[in-house]
Amino acid sequence: MQAKSPFLYFSSFFQQAGEVGLLLFKTFKNLFKKPWEKKIFLQQLEEVGIKSLPVVSLTAAFGGLVFGLQTYVGFHRYIGPGSETYGGPIISLGLSKELIPILVGLMVSGRVGSAIAAEIGTMKITEQIDALFSLGANPIRYLVVPRTLACMIMLPCLTIYGDIIGTAGGLFYNVYIMGVNRVLYIRYTLLYIQMWDVLSGLIKAAIFGIVIAIIGCWQGLKTEGGAEGVGKATTQTVVVASIIILIINFFLSKALPG
Amino acid sequence: MIRVIDLHIAFGQNKVLRGINLTLKKGETLVVIGQSGSGKSVLIRHLIGLIKPDKGEIYIDGVEITRLKDDELHKITRRFGLLFQGTALFDSMTVAQNVSFGLERYTDLSREEIQERVNENLALVGLRGIENLMPHELSGGMKKRVGLARAIAYRPDIILYDEPSTGIDPIRADAINDLIIRMKHELNVSTVIITHDMTSAYKVADKIAMLYAGRIIEEGVPADIKKSQNPVVQQFIRGRAKGPIAKW
Ligand SMILES: Nc1ncnc2c1ncn2[C@@H]1O[C@H](COP(=O)(O)OP(=O)(O)OP(=O)(O)O)[C@@H](O)[C@H]1O
Ligand SMILES: [Mg+2]
Repeated sequence: MQAKSPFLYFSSFFQQAGEVGLLLFKTFKNLFKKPWEKKIFLQQLEEVGIKSLPVVSLTAAFGGLVFGLQTYVGFHRYIGPGSETYGGPIISLGLSKELIPILVGLMVSGRVGSAIAAEIGTMKITEQIDALFSLGANPIRYLVVPRTLACMIMLPCLTIYGDIIGTAGGLFYNVYIMGVNRVLYIRYTLLYIQMWDVLSGLIKAAIFGIVIAIIGCWQGLKTEGGAEGVGKATTQTVVVASIIILIINFFLSKALPG
Repeated sequence: MIRVIDLHIAFGQNKVLRGINLTLKKGETLVVIGQSGSGKSVLIRHLIGLIKPDKGEIYIDGVEITRLKDDELHKITRRFGLLFQGTALFDSMTVAQNVSFGLERYTDLSREEIQERVNENLALVGLRGIENLMPHELSGGMKKRVGLARAIAYRPDIILYDEPSTGIDPIRADAINDLIIRMKHELNVSTVIITHDMTSAYKVADKIAMLYAGRIIEEGVPADIKKSQNPVVQQFIRGRAKGPIAKW
């Protein structure tokens, strides 16, 4: 392989961004066109949602625990003993706006994004995508739309669930391990946390869902070569989707009103 | 009627088709022969719109298909059945789901009627009682025949067979020849067959066309092909290692 000039990297970046943009456009254009692939959609809901519960439970619980731990340390050290009761709302805020959506996004891109790329990539190299087309199914409508919808719906659900588990983790650490006053901790949490804090995290999660599905489908549909090509598509999906999630998370945090 | 005019396609530097012209009348059977890698599969993929040519036109009953959008193209693909060279069975679906796939999308049949059709078509290719198996549980030849059942299940009026008899025992292969002939007589389908099996080519063909170096170098009824003066054609149909076509 020849070394690529920086210009080539640059132009291939724009070409790939163009491909993704086009796929996104086609997907939304086909969103409400018939036929509705209900069976696949339901399957994907289960695949993305139900089957991600264990991994989301674990990461959210431990995310909540460490976040609770450091918040306790912070209040204890800088404001002083007794102020730890104010940790509650801060923990809930940080979890529901940032930590949980990110954790869910990264976990699901590892679990589901890779699976989407591998499945569609295998179909591509064994001509099954061509077979779909020849038998009257539009591959975008049949493969991409149900997966995108499922991810878009399920990531916010997983995030709500993760918010609850994570908040419980923070509370558990502070109240039951460090002995912070339970009544005050809960009262402050409920007093200062706002509906919008949770909601903005869910909006992020929905967008992460779209990113995961679209990147996975894009990589799958452009898979070439044999098993090696499928492997490459799978890894690429996880890497690219994770990076995009982290980058757009910052811009979403900035753009969504506080 | 199918008409192909001056079809060109290249993959990078590899100029696979360099000006294909073909006509196929309703109810006719065309056999395409040619060396491995000469572009036969690429040619039939063009006919159903899976590949867009670099240049040239394809008319299906007067409709030019190379510039159609996907949704418009599907009105045309409804009329086609394609047996893939590598079968391309859906590996996450059972045999029955594979065979019913086109029926569900292309017809308004009820669930019971579809099931009946599935069994009927599997019987047609000599397979019974395997509806609930997965593709990976089948032998190579069985997969090929399931692929065949899937391609003809919704009764298309143009059927494209990419090497229907490769990997199938000689008795079953001849049964497939009979099936191809029967489809033609009973349903008046137009057929394009790619095959390396000259015996079966002579048996089923109305016309034989030989693809060589990106063009159709000879086309005619089987008797004419047998008598062809072209040394390339002669070498190929007689299967000789010596001749104008390089061995490797
Ligand atoms: N998607 C593709 N990308 C790049 N090259 C391709 C592609 N499809 C086919 N080719 C090339 O086109 C040429 C013709 O391929 P094709 O599959 O049509 O051969 P064939 O005549 O069907 O051969 P066989 O009898 O072995 O099936 C080959 O050189 C192949 O490498
Ligand atoms: Mg071929």
